[in-house]
Amino acid sequence: MPQLNIADFPPQLVWLAITFVILYFLMAKLAIPGISEVLEGRQNRISSDLEEARRLSEDADKAKADYEAALAEARAKAHGIVSELKASVAKEQDASKAELDAKLSKKAKAAEAGINKAKETALSHVREIAAEAAKSTVARLVTLEVSDKDVETAVAASIKGDA
Amino acid sequence: MAAEHSPLAQFEIKRLVPMDLGGLDVSFTNASLFMVVAIISVTLFLTLSMRSRSMVPGRMQSMAELSYEFVANMIKDNVGSEGRKYFPFIFTLFMFVLFCNLLGMIPYTFTVTSQIIVTFALAAVVFVGVTAIGIAKHGFKFLTFFVPSGVPFVLLIILVPIEIISYFVRPISLSVRLFANMLAGHTLLKVFGGFVIALGLYLGWLPLGFIVVLTGLEFLVAFLQAYVFAILSCLYLNDALHLHH
Repeated sequence: MPQLNIADFPPQLVWLAITFVILYFLMAKLAIPGISEVLEGRQNRISSDLEEARRLSEDADKAKADYEAALAEARAKAHGIVSELKASVAKEQDASKAELDAKLSKKAKAAEAGINKAKETALSHVREIAAEAAKSTVARLVTLEVSDKDVETAVAASIKGDA
Repeated sequence: MAAEHSPLAQFEIKRLVPMDLGGLDVSFTNASLFMVVAIISVTLFLTLSMRSRSMVPGRMQSMAELSYEFVANMIKDNVGSEGRKYFPFIFTLFMFVLFCNLLGMIPYTFTVTSQIIVTFALAAVVFVGVTAIGIAKHGFKFLTFFVPSGVPFVLLIILVPIEIISYFVRPISLSVRLFANMLAGHTLLKVFGGFVIALGLYLGWLPLGFIVVLTGLEFLVAFLQAYVFAILSCLYLNDALHLHH
């Protein structure tokens, strides 16, 4: 096996040592810092981006809460306005109804008074007419002059008897 | 069969630029060439792909980040936060072995990790380093690592030598695992490649199909063995740091 030729060992060992040491320094001073810098930069970027995203999401949550609070407030306000309006309308309605009621009852009373008056007038006229009629009837039946006073007394008596 | 066509010829060391330093052979060989190619590839891969440094990575940047995070998680899961200090070493080890394995998959290239001396040297560095870390951290108490707790004294006579042997076998098992996988895979590819030529146009398709399947498997092995090498280094490091048993 050519690998076991001891005469070939020294040059291989020497060059292995040279190349390996050179590679070690190239890696330690050049390649590894370069890669770890990029990896660290990326890690930092990712964590800062995540932080930013978290902050933005918190802001969004807060804005949503604010919006909901404002909405609830506006809703409560609108509700208050509506109920206030309803109350004032009802009050106004009650007032105008009461006024109307008073007016109507006043009018009814006046009308009642008018009716009573008319009734009285009519009743008094009835007497007159009845007296007139009785007088003329009596005059036709008996050509007898009946004094107005007698007739009236008679009529009043008859009405009283009827009543 | 000529030496050039032997399935093992691909593992031969060829001195491209013979050099000598005070009696020590430091020739630039084909193995050296592919070590250099591997470290240049790793460096270019990890720097060029990260050049744009974009927040949202492209394909190449994703791959570079993925290899970084793969090793980082491996250390986090197997060693814990104390292992972060050793991340550059484990990462270098993983990338070096992975790229040597993958470069070996390209035809006519040389597979550095198929050389037992290379894998053994890497494993020995891990073994010596981990042992040194254990002794530096725990001092004399490090020896309790070889004494399983809650075991009767009589059994300890048998268990302690077993523990000591299993500890010192670690660099051998670590290096031979990677070496044998690479050796076997590449030899098999070469042998079946020879069958394609030998069997010709009529029956040569069978070994060719086998080579196609085997190539897919070898890519898996290239990744898997780099992973195994790195994760075992992590486990050994964890043992040295925490001494748990």
